[in-house]
Amino acid sequence: MKTVMLTIEKKVTLTIDGKKVTVPEGTTVLEAAKTAGIHIPTLCYLEDINKVGACRICTVEVNNRLQAACILPAEEGMVVKTNTSRVRQLRKHILALILANHDSNCPTCIRNNNCELQTLANELNLREEIFEREYARHVDDMSPSVVRDDSKCINCGRCVSICNEVQTVGVLGFVHRSDRTKVAPVYDKSLAELSCINCGQCIVNCPVGALREKDNTDLVWEALADKSKYVIVQTAPAVRAALGEEFGLPIGTGVTGKMVAALRRLGFDKVFDTNFAADVTIMEEGTELLGRIQSGGVLPLITSCSPGWIKFCEHKYPELIPNLSSCKSPQNMMGALLKSHYAKMNGLDPKDIFVVSVMPCTAKKFEVQREELEVDGIRDVDVSITTRELAQMIKEARIDFLRLEDEHFDEYYGESTGAAVIFGATGGVMEAAIRTVADILTGQEIEEVNYEFVRGMEGVKEARIKINEDITLNVAVVHGGANITALLDKVKNGETDYHFIEVMACPGGCVNGGGQPIVPDKIKMEINVPVERAKALYRADSAVKRRKSHQNPMVKKLYEDFLGEPNSELAHKLLHTTYVNRQ
Amino acid sequence: MKQVHEVHFITELFGKYDGSSLQSYLEAGGFKPLQQLLAGGSEKILKEIDESGLQGRGGAAYPTGRKLRQFLSEKAPRKFVVCNADEGEPGTFKDRELLRRNIYQVIEGMIITAVCTQAGEGIIYVREEYTNIHDHIEQAIESCYQHNYLGKNILGSGFSFELRLFSGAGSYVCGEGFAMCESMEGKSGRPRTKPPYVKQAGFLNLPTLVINTETLSAIVSIIRHGAHEFRKYGTAESPGTKLISVSGKVERPGVYEIPFGLTINEIVNGLAGGMKNGKKGNFVQIGGASGGILPARLWDTKYTYEDFSRAGMSVGSGAIVVADTETKLLDYLKVVQDFFNHESCGKCTPCREGNRQLRIIFDKIAAGTATAEDFYRMEIVLDVMGSTSLCGSGKTEVVPFNTAIKYFPEEFAVFAEFEKRAVI
Ligand SMILES: Cc1cc2nc3c(=O)[nH]c(=O)nc-3n(C[C@H](O)[C@H](O)[C@H](O)COP(=O)(O)O)c2cc1C
Ligand code: SF4
Ligand code: SF4
Ligand code: SF4
Ligand code: SF4
Repeated sequence: MKTVMLTIEKKVTLTIDGKKVTVPEGTTVLEAAKTAGIHIPTLCYLEDINKVGACRICTVEVNNRLQAACILPAEEGMVVKTNTSRVRQLRKHILALILANHDSNCPTCIRNNNCELQTLANELNLREEIFEREYARHVDDMSPSVVRDDSKCINCGRCVSICNEVQTVGVLGFVHRSDRTKVAPVYDKSLAELSCINCGQCIVNCPVGALREKDNTDLVWEALADKSKYVIVQTAPAVRAALGEEFGLPIGTGVTGKMVAALRRLGFDKVFDTNFAADVTIMEEGTELLGRIQSGGVLPLITSCSPGWIKFCEHKYPELIPNLSSCKSPQNMMGALLKSHYAKMNGLDPKDIFVVSVMPCTAKKFEVQREELEVDGIRDVDVSITTRELAQMIKEARIDFLRLEDEHFDEYYGESTGAAVIFGATGGVMEAAIRTVADILTGQEIEEVNYEFVRGMEGVKEARIKINEDITLNVAVVHGGANITALLDKVKNGETDYHFIEVMACPGGCVNGGGQPIVPDKIKMEINVPVERAKALYRADSAVKRRKSHQNPMVKKLYEDFLGEPNSELAHKLLHTTYVNRQ
Repeated sequence: MKQVHEVHFITELFGKYDGSSLQSYLEAGGFKPLQQLLAGGSEKILKEIDESGLQGRGGAAYPTGRKLRQFLSEKAPRKFVVCNADEGEPGTFKDRELLRRNIYQVIEGMIITAVCTQAGEGIIYVREEYTNIHDHIEQAIESCYQHNYLGKNILGSGFSFELRLFSGAGSYVCGEGFAMCESMEGKSGRPRTKPPYVKQAGFLNLPTLVINTETLSAIVSIIRHGAHEFRKYGTAESPGTKLISVSGKVERPGVYEIPFGLTINEIVNGLAGGMKNGKKGNFVQIGGASGGILPARLWDTKYTYEDFSRAGMSVGSGAIVVADTETKLLDYLKVVQDFFNHESCGKCTPCREGNRQLRIIFDKIAAGTATAEDFYRMEIVLDVMGSTSLCGSGKTEVVPFNTAIKYFPEEFAVFAEFEKRAVI
C-alpha cells in the first residue's frame, strides 16, 4: 500500500486595515497585505532575495506599535493598520531622509520614469524637500559593462544581495559606518579590477539610477553617420522578447518585425539576426561534443555562449577551462563571419565593416573587448549595446515604434531556425543542441522537437536522453551564479557523469539578462518576468517550419561555399577561441 | 541630607580575596552557589532568580528569570551563553570592575546560567579596549579548567561547559545581541532583523543567550544569600542593588553599588562627594550615551526603573555623567551626537540619515547659522529615528535630545535667535 504524507500547513488569521486575512504561517505582513490587495510601499525589499528591513519605508502599525512589514511574520490575531495618518507621516519623513542623501536630478537620470524612488515620492505625495541635501559624488565608470554612481545610491543593499547570494560573485558590499556607509565594490577598487562577471544583474535590480550599463550609443551614432563605414547590426534572440516593454507593450510581447523596421529607420546598412550565428554555434558545438565523446576528450563539455559565465569560470573554476566549448559566442561568430565571408561575398573591405550587436546582456560589452576575439587583427564586433540602449536610440530618433509595420531581416544572415530563437531562455541551447545531435547520431530526422524537461525556471535541470540502444546523453542545464556554483562543485569533484552542460550566468537565461528592460519590483511580485519573456521565444520557435539548426539552408550554404565542415580549420580560425585563467 | 553609603551585595567579595587566585575565591566562599545548584537542581535556582525580581543589567531591563526559562525551552544540540562585557556606553565602567576584581564570580555566573539553561558553550565578549585585563580573564578561565569547574563533566556532575574569551571589534553597536553574534562570526557587526531572535538563532545561527556581566554576577550573589536578601534592597518594582558608574564634574567619580531608590542628589552630593570644585550642578545624563538628560532642579528624582520611566528615561547601563553650569547643554549634545554618528552601523535609513541630518544641524548650531527651520527638521528626525529605527541604538539615541528639549526648552530658543540675527 502506498503511504500518503499529509503535511498540514498551519494558517494564521490577522486583520489588516479592518479586513480579515488568512495566510500560511511564516508569511510576512507585507505579503499578507498583498493578498488583501494592499500594497505596502517598499524600497530595499526584493522578493526572496533582499529581506533586510533596512529602508523602513514599509513601516506599519501593528497592535499600535510601529513595525517594518517586510520582515514581520504574520501572527494570529494581529491587528495591522497600513494607512493611518501616523504611518503616512512617518513614511513621508523616511522618504525625505532618503532623498536628502540623493542627487534627485530626475530629468537627466537614466531611470527617469522608471524609478522606484521617484514613483514612491510621487505616490506618497511628498512635495517638499524637508532636509538639506548631502550625498556622495563618486562615479565608477572604469568597467566596460557597469557604471556605479554613488550620488544616486540609496544603500538599499539589493545589489549586494544579488551579487553575493544570487550570483555568488561577491564583489559588492557595504563599507564604513553611519552616514559614511556606502555600497561599493570590495577593497575600494573599481568593478573593472575585480572578479565582477559583468552580468548586470545588479543593474536590473537596482531601484534607482545608481547602476547602469556603460552607454555606447554614441559610438553607434558616430558609425551610422560615417559615410565610409558599412554598418551592420545583429540582434540576439532575447531582445525581441523584451524590447516592446520599453514602449509600453505587455511583458512577453514579441516584437521582431517592429524591431527590424526600427533598425532600418536608424540607418543600418544591413539588419541581421544573431540567430543565424546561433544555428552555426549548434553545428560547431554539436560537432565538438560528438568529437569529444567519440575520441575520449574532456567531458562534460560546457557551453560558452554566456560571457558572464565565461568570466565566472575563469575566476572561480579555472580547472574547468578545458571543459569549456572552444566556440565563440554567437555574437562573435557572427562578427567574424561578417568580416570574412560576407565581406568577400559582397566585395567589401573588412576594415570598413562596422558590426553593432544588440544584446540582452551587459557582459557582451566586456566580451567584445576581449583580446582573443579578433581575426587577423580585425575585431569581431565593434560595439555591443543592450536592449535598453536600443530602445533609447529609437526614442532619441523619434521613431514611433508602436506604429511601425513589421519588416524582415535581410537575406542570408537573417535566416534562422526555431532552435536558434530559444537560445534566449535557460535550456534553449541544450534543446537546440539535442535536436541536432540526435539527428546526427541516429542518422534520422527525428520528429519530436519539444524537449520540455530542459525548459522552465528550475535552478538545475538534469536529463538522461536515450538517443538509441548504444547512446544515452547525460545533460544538465543550470543558470544563475548560486546554482552554477552548486552544480560545478559537484562536477569538479567528479561526482557527476554528464556529457554536456548548458550554463547561463543570469537567472532565467538571456531573457532576464542584465541589459533587458528594468521591471520594478512591485510588478515582479505579480509577474514572473523571465517566464513571460521565454514564452515569446517558444511561441516564435513553434511558429516556424524549420526548428533544427542543421536545417537552416543558409547555414548549409555557408559550410558548402566557405567553411567546409563544422570544426574545419577555417571554422576554427574564425569561430573558436581560447580562455584565460584569472585566478 | 542624610548620610548615604554604598552597599556590598554584588560587590561583596571585592577586596575580600586575591582577585586572580581561584584558591582564594574558594576560601572566600566562591563556587558554593554552583555546588548548591549541582546538589539541588536547576528548577530551585530558577525559582530563586524569578523571586529576586532581577532585571537584566545590560540596559533593556528584561526579567532575568523569564529570560533564562525562555532560553531553556530552546532545544538544540549546541547552545551558547555569551557574557556581554562589551561595555561600549560612554561613561560606563562597572563591568570592568567586575571583571577585574571578581572575575571568578562572573565565570561562576556563566556556569550556573549554562547549567540552568542546558547550554554547553560559553564566550566572554570583552571590549577590545580592555586588553589589559584579557590575560587576567584568560588565566582565571585556565584555572577553572584545571580544577574542573570548566570542561568535561564539571565536578563529576555529568555536565560539560566550554568557555573562552572573545576580544570585541571595538564598536558600540556590537554590544547589541545580533551585532555581537555577527562580530564573533567575523562579520562587520550590524544588527539583524528579528525574528528569529538571538535566543533562537544567534551565534552561528544557534540559540544564544546574551547576558550582561553584572546580571551574571548578581545571579551568583542572589543564590548565595537568597532572593529575600536581595529584595531587602530597593523598591517593589526595582528590587535589589545596582552598580553605577559616576563620572563628570564630581569630587569622587567611580563605581558604586547602590540600593535602588537613592535620589540623584544623594548619589551626586553624597556618594560622589559633591560637585567638583564646589561648582553648581546643571544636569546629569543617566544610563549612557542614549540616556536621558535630567536637570539639577529634578535631582530629587529616585534612581529606580519606575521613577526614570516617568521622567522619560531609563536606568540603561548604570552610567551617571554629571555636568556643571560651565557645560553648555548644546555643546554636550553635540558630543553625544558625534558619538552616535561615529557608532551607528549605518544599516537603516532613520539612524543613518537621521544622524547625518543631526550632524548638519549641530554643525550649524556651532557655526551660529541654525534657524527655526532646523529645529523643525530636528524634531522630525528625532521622531522618525525613535519610532522606526531597526535596532535599539537608533531608537534610544533620541532620548538625550528629547529629554533635553523637554527640560531645557529655553536652550533651544537659540534656533529662533539665530534666525533673528540672520535677518539683521
Ligand atoms: C546599541 C546597543 C548597545 C548595547 N550595548 C550593550 C553593552 O555594552 N553591554 C550590555 O550588557 N548590553 C548592551 N546592550 C544590550 C544587549 O543587547 C542585551 O540586551 C543585554 O546584553 C542583555 O543582557 P541582560 O539581559 O543581562 O541585560 C546594547 C544594546 C544595544 C541596542
Ligand atoms: S534615481 Fe530616481 S529619484 Fe533619483 S534622480 Fe534618478 S529618477 Fe530621480
Ligand atoms: S555585474 Fe554581476 S558580478 Fe558584477 S557587480 Fe553586478 S551583480 Fe556582481
Ligand atoms: S546601487 Fe542600487 S541596488 Fe545597490 S545599494 Fe545602491 S541603490 Fe541599492
Ligand atoms: S538603528 Fe542605527 S545601529 Fe541600529 S541598525 Fe539602524 S543604523 Fe544600525
